[in-house]
Amino acid sequence: MSILEVKNISKSFENTKVLKDINFTLEKGEVLSIIGSSGSGKTTLLRCLNFLERPDRGIIKVNDEILFNSEDPNTLKEAEIRKKRLHFGLVFQSFNLFPQYTALENVMLAKQLLAKQLPEYKTDKKDILNDIKNQAEELLIQMGLHDRMSNYPHQLSGGQCQRVAIARALALKPDILCFDEPTSALDPELTGEVLKVIKKLSEQNTTMIIVTHEMSFAKDVSNQVIFMDDGYVLECGKPSQIFDNPANERTRQFLSHYNQ
Amino acid sequence: MKQLPIVIGSLNIGFLQTLKLFFVTLIGSFPLGLIIAFGSMSRFAPVKYISKLFVWIIRGTPLMLQMMIIYYFPGLVLHNNIWGSGEMGRFLAASVSFIINYSCYFSEIYRGGIQSIPIGQEEAGLVLGMTKSQIFFKVTLLQMIKRIVPPISNEIITLVKDTSLARIIALQEIIWAGQSFLKGSHGISGAIWPLFFTMIYYLVFSGILTVLLGKLEKKLNYFR
Ligand SMILES: Nc1ncnc2c1ncn2[C@@H]1O[C@H](COP(=O)(O)OP(=O)(O)OP(=O)(O)O)[C@@H](O)[C@H]1O
Ligand SMILES: [Mg+2]
Repeated sequence: MSILEVKNISKSFENTKVLKDINFTLEKGEVLSIIGSSGSGKTTLLRCLNFLERPDRGIIKVNDEILFNSEDPNTLKEAEIRKKRLHFGLVFQSFNLFPQYTALENVMLAKQLLAKQLPEYKTDKKDILNDIKNQAEELLIQMGLHDRMSNYPHQLSGGQCQRVAIARALALKPDILCFDEPTSALDPELTGEVLKVIKKLSEQNTTMIIVTHEMSFAKDVSNQVIFMDDGYVLECGKPSQIFDNPANERTRQFLSHYNQ
Repeated sequence: MKQLPIVIGSLNIGFLQTLKLFFVTLIGSFPLGLIIAFGSMSRFAPVKYISKLFVWIIRGTPLMLQMMIIYYFPGLVLHNNIWGSGEMGRFLAASVSFIINYSCYFSEIYRGGIQSIPIGQEEAGLVLGMTKSQIFFKVTLLQMIKRIVPPISNEIITLVKDTSLARIIALQEIIWAGQSFLKGSHGISGAIWPLFFTMIYYLVFSGILTVLLGKLEKKLNYFR
């Protein structure tokens, strides 16, 4: 059983079709990279998975549970969608850290708010908050930020901000962690430190979907690669196949820009 | 020299009225401004355009004129002076005028503050499973406050001086009190120095506010 099944996802903005019948599956513990030229719909696809956009058509299944089905109005309610979002995490290109909170508070906030709904929150408040803090600290240490926990985002470098953002997403233990060009807003010398933590996560079998323009990284980290063009999945396969033996002419063209 | 305590006493009473109008205006227009701000951002077109039209009219005409209309219109045209007579009636009419006027200015500042928060902040909250209200109170509100404190401070300082416009409907605020010694009051007439004294009240009060608001602005400087 695949951890994620995406079936027939389509999405239009006004009159332009941006996603045209997207299908793919992802296995638990594996990494899927999505590559493709600008405007091909990669961000829109990630946003659909995180319910920031609502697909016009299609089905999204996680662990065999239907999270979204355009035919079934019960899956489209706002309150339902909020819970279903927690199956996915999303790391943005521009980090979107909360500026008024420290690195540690950024990682803890969502978890603290969710904990308030627990029935045992009133009685065990202290323990629960302590656990949340310990887990958040552990995550930041894992991201190499043990000495940056009490810094505010504006006191951190771009690479550090992005690692805080990754820790923040991991804190909710999503089934699938999505990255939208996590290093595109970074200076080249800061890209490496972010890619390194993503690589480490893949070694710990974190299930991930990564939209990236870092081709050598995609080849190195992925179990599966999707090439998107003009809203279609043109090619899908093992990294060796896509990068070394692309079947599609468009894929070859696209990759040739990176090989020079 | 016997005149001094008499004048100070009068000015104090006038200044109390000034302060009352000042605080009532703030208490009323902070929340009303927020409602108008939401109105002018409404996705429901009629609400949006009515709000915008209202803000345009209020901001595009003098507060003094609005106050005169609000105070005299019910009595003279509708033959029903809803404000009642005397100082209390004048105070009510002035308060309503000031609250309406300042709400419109505040609403534009709020709107600017709300719209200046990058959409990525809300989206980051959403993907972390937060509700819209959690996002508003825990994420965007403080960022919004930080951005609106400087322009709101300007309006507050302006309001200190604008309260004197209520003189036009004879509200007995501090200018009215100072001016009374020009015409003659408590056996003092033709004295202009009480008006100079009113300057001190304004300067001290706006000075205190400037320092306090500056402190608030600094306090919010811990993040960007
Ligand atoms: N909210 C929106 N309203 C209208 N059009 C949109 C919207 N969001 C995206 N689009 C359009 O959808 C298309 C796909 O955009 P998308 O951001 O998904 O591309 P992308 O593959 O992520 O590109 P890039 O590599 O530049 O990030 C583009 O043509 C874009 O202009
Ligand atoms: Mg994109």
